[in-house]
This record gives sequence, C-alpha cells and structure tokens, in this order.
Amino acid sequence: MKYVDEFRDRDKATALLREIAALTDAIAPRRPLQIMEVCGGHTHAIFRYGIEGMLPEQLELVHGPGCPVCVLPMGRIDDCIAIADAPQVILTTFGDAMRVPGSRGSLLQAKANGADIRMVYSPSDALALARANPQREVVFFGLGFETTMPATALTVLDAERDGIGNFSVFCNHITIVPTIKAILDSPDLRIDGFLGPGHVSMVIGTAPYEFIARHYHRPLVVSGFEPLDVLQSIWMVLQQIADGRAEVENQYARVVATGGNAAALRAIARVYELREFFEWRGLGSIDYSGVRFRDAYAGFDAERRFAVPGVKIADPLSCQCGEVLKGVLKPQQCKVFGTACTPETPVGALMVSSEGACAAYYRYAAKAA
Amino acid sequence: MKTVTLSHGSGGKAMKDLIEQVFVAAFDNPLLAPLDDQARVPMSLLAAYGDRLAMTTDAFVVDPLEFPGGDIGTLAICGTINDLAVGGATPLYLSCAAIIEEGLPFDLLHRIAQSMAATARAAGVQVVTGDTKVVPRGACDKLFLTTAGIGVIRTGVELGVHRAQPGDAVLVNGVIGDHGAAVLAARGDLALDAPIDSDCAALHGLVDTLLTAAPGTRFMRDATRGGVATVLNEIAVAANVGIEIEEDAVPLRASVRGFCEILGLDPLYLANEGRLVAIVPDAEADGALAAMRAHPLGAGACRIGSVTQRRPRQVVMRTVLGGQRIVDMLVGDQLPRIC
Repeated sequence: MKYVDEFRDRDKATALLREIAALTDAIAPRRPLQIMEVCGGHTHAIFRYGIEGMLPEQLELVHGPGCPVCVLPMGRIDDCIAIADAPQVILTTFGDAMRVPGSRGSLLQAKANGADIRMVYSPSDALALARANPQREVVFFGLGFETTMPATALTVLDAERDGIGNFSVFCNHITIVPTIKAILDSPDLRIDGFLGPGHVSMVIGTAPYEFIARHYHRPLVVSGFEPLDVLQSIWMVLQQIADGRAEVENQYARVVATGGNAAALRAIARVYELREFFEWRGLGSIDYSGVRFRDAYAGFDAERRFAVPGVKIADPLSCQCGEVLKGVLKPQQCKVFGTACTPETPVGALMVSSEGACAAYYRYAAKAA
Repeated sequence: MKTVTLSHGSGGKAMKDLIEQVFVAAFDNPLLAPLDDQARVPMSLLAAYGDRLAMTTDAFVVDPLEFPGGDIGTLAICGTINDLAVGGATPLYLSCAAIIEEGLPFDLLHRIAQSMAATARAAGVQVVTGDTKVVPRGACDKLFLTTAGIGVIRTGVELGVHRAQPGDAVLVNGVIGDHGAAVLAARGDLALDAPIDSDCAALHGLVDTLLTAAPGTRFMRDATRGGVATVLNEIAVAANVGIEIEEDAVPLRASVRGFCEILGLDPLYLANEGRLVAIVPDAEADGALAAMRAHPLGAGACRIGSVTQRRPRQVVMRTVLGGQRIVDMLVGDQLPRIC
C-alpha cells in the first residue's frame, strides 16, 4: 500500500536499529536512557510493531500523557453522563471514550441504562444528527488535543452560521505543552529526550516546543506514526544526545510545517480560550492545560446549557499512573498493576485505552511472566 | 408498502398466510411440507453419512439486514452449516426461527427468505422446520433469525481443539476481515465508500476437500465474531500451546487493509463468515494448502503460523518490522481510535 509500506520496511528498520544500538553504546549512559513519546499514537505504533523489544537494553521508552482518553478524570465522565441523562439529549462521542470509567460507570454502562449515546466519527456527524433531530438536544463529547480541537471549533462555527440551536459541545479539549512542562518541572524527572506529537504539531507547528530545548536542555524530535518514523526519531534524539545538542527537530516534515496550520489555529483562537486549570487523571490539576468556549460561543457550551455536577473525583490512592507517566515507575512496578487494575476493570488512566502504557504492558508482560 | 403487523403473529389466518407465502414457498421440501410440529427424518437416511450426529444452533442479528455480499438470511444458513462443517460433519437439515419486528416490509422479508432458500439449496441442505413470531416495535431490531442444524460426522473423522500440537501448521482459507469490514461500511455512518463484499459462504465442501487431503487435521473453527485472533486464542488456551503467527503472512485484501488503517481497527479481530482456521500436522500442511487452493473458497489459502511449545496459552505475532507482540483476546468490541 503506497505511503504506508515504505514506512514499514523491515530492512530499513533493521539498519536503523543497528545505528540506534551503536549510538546508545557510544553514549554509554550510566543508567538507561529514557525517551518519552508524548503521544498515544506513538505508544500504539510502538506496541503494534513490537518496537520496544527490539531496542537496546540501555534505552527505555516512557509512554507519556498524550492519550486524551486515558487522562480524562472521573469527574468529567460523571458530568458527561449527567448531560446524557438530561431530557431530550442525544450524546455523541468518539468510540474509544465509551469504556472510560467514571465514579459510577462508563458511557457504555450509561447507554445500557437507557441514555441515548451514539458513537460518531467526527463532530460534523454530531451536527448532522442535530440537523436531523431538531426536537432533540445533540451534545458532542469534545475530546483530544490540538489534533481534534480545530474540527470541533469548525463544527461550532458551522452551527453558528446555520443557526443550529440544538447542538452543543461538552468541551474537554486539552493542550499538551503545559503538561510537558509540568512533567519537566517534576523533581523526580529522568527523561533524557522527547518524541514530539506529530498530529498536534501539524496544527501548532514546532515553535511551542522551543522552551524544552532552551530551558530544559532536552532534545525533542517531532515524529510521524509509522514504525520507521518512530525509529528514525529515536535515532535523531540519540544523535542530539551524543552531540551534546538540545534542539527541536522535525522528522515528520512531510506533514508538519514549522508554522503549523494557520486556518486551524485561527479557528482555535476564535472559539476557545484557556481554562485557568484543568484536571488530568494521573497528573492532577495543571494550569492552563485545557480550553473552554469563549463567551461569544456560550450557547454551544454544554457545561453552561446543562446542569453538570462538576464534582472533582480524586484518583484512587493506590493508583500510581503519575509516576508511570513520568517514567519513574514501569507499569508493572505499580502496586495495583495486574491485580486490582486490569483492562477489564481499570483503576488508573493508563489501563483504560489500548494507547495507555499499562494496558499495553498488561497485554504483553503479564502473560509473558 | 405492505408491512408485517402484529396480526401476522397472532396465530390466525394472517400468520398462516405469512408462513405459507414467505417461508414455506421459499424452503419448499417434502420434510417441511406436512407443516407438523416437527420434521421427521428416517435414521437410516442419517446413518448413510457417518456414525455420529452433530447438532448446533446460532442466533443471527445484523445491522443492516442486507449488505454487500449477503444478508441476514445467507448468514443464518452459512453460519450454521459452517458450525457443523468445521466439526467434520456433513450438514443436512436446518431449522429456522424468525423474530420479526412489526413494520418490517414484506418485500424485504420475502427477499431474505428467498436468499436463505437459495443458499440452502446451493449448499445441499434443507430447512425442514421453523417458527415465526412478530413482536411490537422496539422489542427487536427489524429481524432476528435463529437456525439450528444437524449433520452427520463421517466415520473416522476425529477433530478436537485439544489435539493441536507443537509443530502443527496454522492455516486460513483466504483473506480475512471482509465480512466485518463490509458490514461496518454498509452501516453508512463512516462516510467511507469502501467496495468490500462479505465473505459469507458455506464451507462444508472446502472442509471435505481439506480433510481428504489432510486426514490428520487436528481441528478447525470458523473465524466469526472476534475474528482470527479470537479463534487462535481459544485454541492456545484450550490446547495449552503457544501459537506464533507472521504478520506479513496474514492474507488481507487491499481495500480491507486501507479500511482498517483509516479507522485504526485490527483486521485480526474483524468477523469473517466464510473463513476458517485449520490446525494441520506440519507434514500435511502443503497438501492441505494445495487442495484448498484448488477449491473456489480456498483460493487464497495461506499458512499464517505454527503451534509452538514456547509461551503456552499465548498468541504471539512477529510483526512486519521483525518485532513481536502478543495478540490477545479483546475485552469488548473494537472501538475506532480518536486520532
């Protein structure tokens, strides 16, 4: 398949892996090097292709916070279910948010209990549903980083233009940069370099990461999602470490422009403003890490249209997702990994989605033991 | 448009008309004709086929009822035939129970009954008994079908999941995932125009060919719900063996591959309705493949991996890149990924 198979070539992968091993040896780290892939899409590719097992022992991948489904706090799921239970509401959501547990169950369970919850593949599908059902209130569960933010914004702008009054969004869009900063500021940080999120960068460009190189002296390489992209990006990070450089580089130049996507950024700026703080499952509250609608779009804001409990539910005490996210613990070192916390009954964020590090490890490591 | 109403399920004249005009007319055969409460089959007739009776039942629900390459009727016939066939049985007689939601267009019901009848006829089986219920709107989704089937297992054929042994070959009879992708695409809410036909087919002819070429065949299962990945896991657990497959040996249609790439789905978990996984002794694998490939339903047959001693109860895939990953059972449905 064109534009796919070229990026999954086994011979090229083998050659890259050899170079990665040689570079790691040359760096001769005193403890294993840790490279964090920020984005859940990378985590998915790493597990799907078995990349981790092919890397040298002195090189560890830390699976970062970039799975928007994983980091949704329980309170927000509870709020979402409260909206879905309101009269006349059709709640629309991306499929992978269906299984995320709130404090009293998931959307899948709320649906079974009678809420009208439907899976959609884009916010425009939700708007189409609103047009087709003028007597119902259609709410879209808006999720994700800058990757999905513009599509939600453009859909709201469409709804405004066409005067669709029965459409709103429960906005849980989050922004990755403050979260990377929070991880970098944590005292137990051990990360030596980053793979930057490819699709987020397609929207925001590469400039927002400059502070990571400048202030924190860590290399960051914006990476694509095919296995050769990931391997090449790892190699580029190692090359920077070997050279004593800390720069922002762009491996995914076939998609990511340095300045990002101007039209998408305009839509984001027009519709959203930063929240002063937003709660992340596993990481706690992070300043300016989420967005909400500007007052001009209040009519499309489900949080203002419906009564939501807005209760903050603390992560379970036993859950150590935060340490895993920062690379301090490996998933299987968490106290509840594989016992209280499994993909069937996730306690922590990282066990929730297939992109979560713990869910991926559970499937690989628990059974190999 | 004429539709089915609750009166068609009331036991009165309307029901009699529906049964006779739709089902009896379509299935028309001497065992069904008396319309008694049961079909009566002479034992001697069964004994001619082998020495053990096989019996199975399956319920069919699918949305939409009609999709490229088949409909709920072809599924209901092929699914039950295949459940008998993979046990080494010659499928002979089927029952059919229909639960119809009021408001179902008569034309649609008629088309589905005709397609069941045509599928059964082509497969050489007879629908010899049945039942019909009509339920209020909302009590079922348009049409549910349940078929049960009996078949007879040939003398000497011994298949069982526990017989899988390290060294055995893991075979499939063609490209995987067609049915799951076809039904998802036909639902129309993906805004993807994917020309994918379901692989729905009755496999007993192919099984016969396979068993003749590879009489030592250990086990077969049709890879329906949960796909090939689920069947492999079931085998690994039941036989307490490991299974290793090669990602680039798993046959996949380009359109299904593209469909899965876009939606973030894994084709190993997509449903099939005309594909089986066969565990065959290594020494018979080449013969089995050659025989399957000579059959129209096995033209794309491949060896996708082997049974091993390593890592019992696990299915491991060597990826296109040369890495390894566990192919686990899914917790629930595959859900498309956000980004």
